Amino acid sequence: MGFGPHLLLAVLEGLVTSAVLALTALGLSLVFGVMRVVNVAHGELFMLGAVLAWAVATAVGGSPALGFVAALVIAPLIVGAVAALAEQLVLRRVDYDPEATIVATIGLLYILQQLALTFYGADARPVPPPFNIRLALPWFGYSAYKLSIIATSTVLLLLSWLVLTHTRAGLIMRATQYDRETAQAFGIPVGRVYAAVFAIGAMLAAVAAVLIVPISQAHYLMGQDPLLLSFAVVIIGGLGSLRGTVVAALLIGISDGVISMFFSPTLAKLIATLAVAMVLVFRPQGLFGKAAR
Amino acid sequence: MNGSARLWLLHAAVVALLVALNFLLPAYHHGLMARILVLATFAMGYNLTFGYGGLLSLGHAMFFAAGLYGAGLGIQHLGLGVPAAFLAGLACGAALALLAGLLALRTTGVAFMIVTLMFSQAFHLAILYFSAFTGGDQGLVLRPQQRRIETALGTLDLTDPTTRYLTALALFAVVLFAMLAIVRSGFGRVLVAIRENEERARMLGYDTFASRLAALVTSGTICAAAGAAYGLLFGYVGANFASVQYSILPLLWVLLGGAATTLGPLFGTVFMYYLIDIASGYTSAYMLAVGVILILLVLFFRKGLLGTLRERWLRWLP
Repeated sequence: MGFGPHLLLAVLEGLVTSAVLALTALGLSLVFGVMRVVNVAHGELFMLGAVLAWAVATAVGGSPALGFVAALVIAPLIVGAVAALAEQLVLRRVDYDPEATIVATIGLLYILQQLALTFYGADARPVPPPFNIRLALPWFGYSAYKLSIIATSTVLLLLSWLVLTHTRAGLIMRATQYDRETAQAFGIPVGRVYAAVFAIGAMLAAVAAVLIVPISQAHYLMGQDPLLLSFAVVIIGGLGSLRGTVVAALLIGISDGVISMFFSPTLAKLIATLAVAMVLVFRPQGLFGKAAR
Repeated sequence: MNGSARLWLLHAAVVALLVALNFLLPAYHHGLMARILVLATFAMGYNLTFGYGGLLSLGHAMFFAAGLYGAGLGIQHLGLGVPAAFLAGLACGAALALLAGLLALRTTGVAFMIVTLMFSQAFHLAILYFSAFTGGDQGLVLRPQQRRIETALGTLDLTDPTTRYLTALALFAVVLFAMLAIVRSGFGRVLVAIRENEERARMLGYDTFASRLAALVTSGTICAAAGAAYGLLFGYVGANFASVQYSILPLLWVLLGGAATTLGPLFGTVFMYYLIDIASGYTSAYMLAVGVILILLVLFFRKGLLGTLRERWLRWLP
């Protein structure tokens, strides 16, 4: 296989990573943008989605397609409920103080990780993909399921954009993000908006996790990489900018794919991590964001 | 008795108690306590940034690991003796803290937390990437003959439990009194002033960036001292000490003991370490305890053990 096909393969793999990453990071960005808090447990909610996907698919049994669809519906709903509960019981009571929220979500991270280890175990388990078709390209065969991840993610991102910009719910969210007090003064139930946003953010991560499970297995420690990469995407893309999030996810996903293919994955992560830290230090509003108001 | 003498006496009494424990503790707890003293030193270093400086860092594992690897690699590859290796660890921690501080202190709040987290993560990945030198995931084991100090008076063997305990205690005591001196000095008060109101401190003519940088470098050096001591005393240099978990643990210990109290880190570390030790006797799910305690602390007990004590009864506690 020559350099060209190798590069194509790397870019395709990178696009799959980007597709999953964009969804996960959009969840983090939404929570960060509207509520001004950092959810450190976001990666564990992702992990919870993956583990639940395995549980649901196993419980349903039957054809892989049926199990997968059931997982795609049920797992995010449960994760959303868990997130809403955490928001009600903890975040609301510390009044969304940024530092207290960070410490509390670190606590949530440990709790979720330990519960997954206790009840699911330390093994990595796959969920069978809903269909098993290999597209024969001239140089190599490529899984059609991976391409369907890219398509699904694109549809979901477009849908999120439509909801945010063209519906009443989106308007309420944006109003709360723009100015919490004024929104409250205009009769918007800010508390309920926060709970909903936190749940939706977690559900986006869970959907991304269910999509990735057929190709990369569910494991109780799988939450750390998505968390750090989502941070990276949100920072590089700029806060609350959906377009920035998508562009940054593409940038990070594809460069991760290419560097991992030609160099070592550890080096890829090392470079990405340092690059993100530097962006945050020298351009805190993100590469695509506007300067802070 | 004036206030100052009372404070020094209190801290000296704590150290004296710890010396007495050397002769009283059974072997298992003696070993555990030696470890706790080193980790409490790590927590005191963290407390300077987090408690007094008001900067929530999620990257202090890199300073601990810089000391650990600075000392460990110095012995393994350069054939340094124990004192030189310890100093090499300190130098690595101080240099890293200076570099990290110059960059990370351009940000504050949530951004500072993420930048320190990212730096620490990069440091961890670098240790894994250069596995030819660092031993990667496996880490390095320092042999007992590499952990001896030859002096004119005889050999100091760091593998001996009593020597180990007293060395750990010596480091702890030096750092404890240094912390007491720092927080009662003008520099310590400026730090607290910046934490409480940065704008006002700047208006009064203080260079807030320089003060914070000095605090971070001091804090990083103390953490590196703890890391170097840990490697030399317990003979293991491993990459997991650079992981995120070791940035979160000092935060937990300090929060539990009481942020911005001199003795809080010790009590927090002892309490948490024993809690996990006891809990792991009953269940392997000790991380659940860590998580639940973090949340409970944030919800109901924001000032920690000594912080609450100070607020209610002992206003004079530093």
